[in-house]
Amino acid sequence: MKPPSEAAFTTTAVLIGALTLLALGAAFATPYLQRVVTEALIYVVMVVGLQVFVGNSGIVSFGHVSFMVIGAYVSALFTLPIEKKLELLSLPNSVLQLHAPTPLAAAVAAAATGLFALLAGLPIVRLRGVAPSMALFALLVISHVGAQNWKAVTGGRQAMVGLPLATTPWTALGCAAVAIIAAAVYQASRRGALLRCARESEVAAESIGINIAAERLFALVLSAMLCALGGVLFAHFLGTLGPNTFYLDTTFLTLAMLVVGGMRSVSGAVTGVLVLSAASETFRYLEQGITVFGRDLEAPNGLQEVALALIMLTILILRPAGICGATEVGTLLSRLHKGRRDTAAQTRS
Amino acid sequence: MNSLQTLVDAVNLGAVYALAAIGVGVIFGVMRLINFAHGELISAAAFTAYLLEGQPVWMRVAGALTASFVMALLMERIAFRSIRKASAATLLITSFALSYLLQHLIVLVFGARPLGVSLLPQLSESVRAGELRIPWLELATISSTALILGALLLFFHRSRLGVAMRAAAEDFTMARLVGVRSDRIIAAGFGISGLLAACIGLYLVIQSGTVSYRMGVDIVLVAFVATVVGGMGSLGGAALGGFLVGVTSIALQAFLPESWRPYRDAFLFGLFLAFLILRPGGLMQPRHRREWV
Repeated sequence: MKPPSEAAFTTTAVLIGALTLLALGAAFATPYLQRVVTEALIYVVMVVGLQVFVGNSGIVSFGHVSFMVIGAYVSALFTLPIEKKLELLSLPNSVLQLHAPTPLAAAVAAAATGLFALLAGLPIVRLRGVAPSMALFALLVISHVGAQNWKAVTGGRQAMVGLPLATTPWTALGCAAVAIIAAAVYQASRRGALLRCARESEVAAESIGINIAAERLFALVLSAMLCALGGVLFAHFLGTLGPNTFYLDTTFLTLAMLVVGGMRSVSGAVTGVLVLSAASETFRYLEQGITVFGRDLEAPNGLQEVALALIMLTILILRPAGICGATEVGTLLSRLHKGRRDTAAQTRS
Repeated sequence: MNSLQTLVDAVNLGAVYALAAIGVGVIFGVMRLINFAHGELISAAAFTAYLLEGQPVWMRVAGALTASFVMALLMERIAFRSIRKASAATLLITSFALSYLLQHLIVLVFGARPLGVSLLPQLSESVRAGELRIPWLELATISSTALILGALLLFFHRSRLGVAMRAAAEDFTMARLVGVRSDRIIAAGFGISGLLAACIGLYLVIQSGTVSYRMGVDIVLVAFVATVVGGMGSLGGAALGGFLVGVTSIALQAFLPESWRPYRDAFLFGLFLAFLILRPGGLMQPRHRREWV
């Protein structure tokens, strides 16, 4: 088998290649399909970001959506047109006058979210068992309540409208590539290996001197920054941002994508996004079809969600490791390659 | 007088949260599962009370209890039994997915809007004692919680099944070795959890007069926090944790400056994070919970 770094290189190349083909294909398709593909690419950024923490630490996070919330609002603060800001927010004028191009705002948003994750993560990474998952959920609730009520900065329940529509299929693709590379490099790195060791056994990891809390915190900050980037992309894709843009539904959808694909590999995260995006698009189409033929104005609301949850439960019960399991595309390819070489060697001898 | 009023409110909310936390804690005890779908057991009771509107009260209450009880047992049999040995992460996500599924099944059938329902409206009237006004509902809640806690205490310490359940919560493998049937224990845990969820569902129906598909979510999140505060795996801890969270919530409502009140839940969950820094294991960390090689 190839060394892990080489397999990681193949993995990133294959995944980014596949997504590039998808984006290229969408460029020739209808505008509607282009939007679907862009949205899927944004979810790749989010779910791969989620995978960095969940996959390597083994801790299910119900709180990563809070990083998207924070990232999106920070970016909005710098990019919303000044007159909208004056109308909606009540901040000192010097702050309101701050304006930045979207890429710079996105970078600031990711950095600020990373700092937030560092501080909020300090108590969380020391917890054992299921407690960290609950604590991360607490983070989600806090950020949601904050977004709803901190009118001066977020505009409260009223949505911010008029964000620059800076997310094109190509920016989404670029960010997805960045996320995949970051996740693969981290996974192949020494730190990633140390964290996975702690995932398998906390006692064993401690006995060989691994600082579990520090490793978890590092992964949390990295994944929070990627999720923040995903949040920024999404806000600038919709052009609006409100307290309900990211909440329980986003939490469910991103987790479902991660679980269906396989949370222990980056390939799994990407696969999950593609499979569930395709499935939910199919059901959205069916929902519309039913209204047309049945002449029933009330579309069966909730059908799409029910279907996604059923897919997720089926995978969990029949194949708990997800479609890809813990196997990366790169490792799979090198295994196939080795198998073929072995057969060739056998026939020769 | 006002502070006495606040005190009654605090005890009332503490009692409700304690019941919710025990409902979540009892399943964690026997199965190491945090059951997100507990919220939908609450909804099941509430929607049954809604559907039986017009029937006599005892029938609606009995119907609600039965609905949650049966649904809890079905949930265990269909969704959780096959993955009982899976990792904690898988269990957690499965219950999360199940909760989401049930919520949207409710949306499919009843729609996403809250529906009005009236159950025992006379309970929203208040008793007057001087300047103190206490709704009958709060009195009923506090007294029935005391009764339920007493019954649970008797069950877990005096009955064979209850003792077996506590043994299984301490060490599941050991309990099985001395003849405790795992299927029966886990089913009993779900059954009790379902009955407790029904009580919460009825309380919410009487208190708010509405049912909606996400009515159980908020209280279950609080129950999770409460079980962590109390110490995962300890039922007494869950009850204490629930009570403390309820009291803290009312205290924040009463003592926070007016302009900060909308952030009450953020403060509540923030306090929870701060508490975790001080006591990451919770108040009553069971001794046996430490991991040995």
